Amino acid sequence: MNLMMLLEMAQSGFADRVAFRNGDDSLTFGELFHAAGAAAATARASGARHLAVLDESSLAVPVGLFASAWSGLPFVPLNYRLTASEIEGLASQITPAYLVTSADRVESLASVEGLQVVARETFLEQARSGESADPDWGMDAEEIAILLFTSGTTGAPKAAVLRHKHLVSYILGSVEFGAAAETDAALVSVPPYHIAGIAAIASSVYSGRQVVQLPNFDASEWVDLAKRHTVSNAFVVPTMLARIVEVLEDSEDTGLGHLRALSYGGGKMPQAVIEQAMQLLPETNFTNAYGLTETSSTICLLGPEEHRAAAASEDPEVRRRLTSVGQALPSVELEIRDENGNALPAGERGEIYVRGEQVSGEYLGRASTLEGDGWFPTRDGGSLDSEGYLFLEGRIDDVIVRGGENMSPGEIEDVLLEHPAVADAAVVGIPDEQWGEAVAAAIVLKADATAEASELQDWVKSRLRSSRTPQRVEFRAELPYNETGKLLRRQVRAELSGEAP
Amino acid sequence: MPQFNAGTRIKSAVCSSELMVIAAPKSDIDLRCGGAAVIDMGADAAGEIDPQFKDGCALGKRYVSENGDVELLCTKPGEGSLSIGDVGLAIKEAKPLPSSD
Repeated sequence: MNLMMLLEMAQSGFADRVAFRNGDDSLTFGELFHAAGAAAATARASGARHLAVLDESSLAVPVGLFASAWSGLPFVPLNYRLTASEIEGLASQITPAYLVTSADRVESLASVEGLQVVARETFLEQARSGESADPDWGMDAEEIAILLFTSGTTGAPKAAVLRHKHLVSYILGSVEFGAAAETDAALVSVPPYHIAGIAAIASSVYSGRQVVQLPNFDASEWVDLAKRHTVSNAFVVPTMLARIVEVLEDSEDTGLGHLRALSYGGGKMPQAVIEQAMQLLPETNFTNAYGLTETSSTICLLGPEEHRAAAASEDPEVRRRLTSVGQALPSVELEIRDENGNALPAGERGEIYVRGEQVSGEYLGRASTLEGDGWFPTRDGGSLDSEGYLFLEGRIDDVIVRGGENMSPGEIEDVLLEHPAVADAAVVGIPDEQWGEAVAAAIVLKADATAEASELQDWVKSRLRSSRTPQRVEFRAELPYNETGKLLRRQVRAELSGEAP
Repeated sequence: MPQFNAGTRIKSAVCSSELMVIAAPKSDIDLRCGGAAVIDMGADAAGEIDPQFKDGCALGKRYVSENGDVELLCTKPGEGSLSIGDVGLAIKEAKPLPSSD
């Protein structure tokens, strides 16, 4: 098994179809196959052990990904928003490496020991015009395909290891080969260092669907590009959808009737945003996808029919499913377990465990986190309803321990979000002499809405136990999210504890 | 008769079909394409296609045995069709998942 198999099949099935488009430039599946082969030859000749890309989305990303698979060098997409010293720290873990980056970064990175740095344009030009390597990629499914440094919202970044078997299993388990129509196009605005960005490349290639890349997300540009290329599919993180909704609200006709499928994930979607998006785009099929880097992307889906059924239902249990991440993929097993590792029944909160061929649970230079029988503790909290719909409760590491009582911030946030004046809420534990930790909340009010701290405290107290009532409530204009829509809890905690962030 | 491991690639001896094993039991299987036993990727093609097994392998389709314990993915199309002994494999009808990325 090798990711190259996916591209080889695509180029033999539809070589002349456009595979990737970026601005005025594009690559067909045939051209991508050739470019990957030529870049593989160059990367091999360089003597590097990894092929890294430190860059926004560009045609160099799919070329780099498949050149990696072809040459047998793990692909390492790096976060270009990190500082120079952070980048050097990550780079030192993968040297000697062949690094593709933007022209303006070449000079400063060239001095880092063990890096062979090439500008994106040069890399692409050589890949297009160079001689292809022999189609001699390895088929050892255990080979490392990708190293992805996780976002590290709770600690120092570590590199998740995804082997060819994980990614190929994910694609074979979730995508039908060549299922896309020739006119289909997917708008991809997640960065290449995010698992969703990698998954989008692999699934689009296997389904034969053109990818339109949007390197730096901007909601107006997203809408323009979607119209210009009559985009049929897109994936966004919640913060992106919230901004897209704002843009569409102001237009009389969204002009996006061709947008058949819009999937989202990567963070908690506010219910108001998804409801509004469904109203603005009634023809569009919405899918909520939940997954982790360590699981090769999606493990749970809330599909279009389930969105509509939930939105239209009078039954509170069914309606609540709009805030769930759906059910596990057929190829994935999922359980909720307590602290002792015992499976919990429906309705009880615990840690989410998953098992399946796409699940890696492995980090570079560390022992596997998989249990002996293959189950992966995700460190995400959650609960299942009676029909197996999964509700996320935030990271286990974010659990607040007040006077020996464990509480999930997500549970309190959900209640706060039900208050008519609240637009967004973040609940964290802050140090407390008496209780060890105390509950604190940062609140964003809806435009024109008002609420006092005491009103929100009473709101929580009347709906949950009094121990869960935020001791401190502060109001904010907005909450801190990273560029892929993850709430930066450490920052909220630091602010509410009165520490310097 | 050989055993097949998931992830292994094989090809037809009598047509251009190439396949990847998705699932196979841990026992010997008389897997054929175009009526002739399938061969390793490095082996040389030989023999004639059996007209009884000429319905073809289609690129990207999955083929399963009756009880589902053998499953193959066609990675390169060809004229021959797949069988275990004389019993043909069927195309696996995939229940499409909504696109998630």
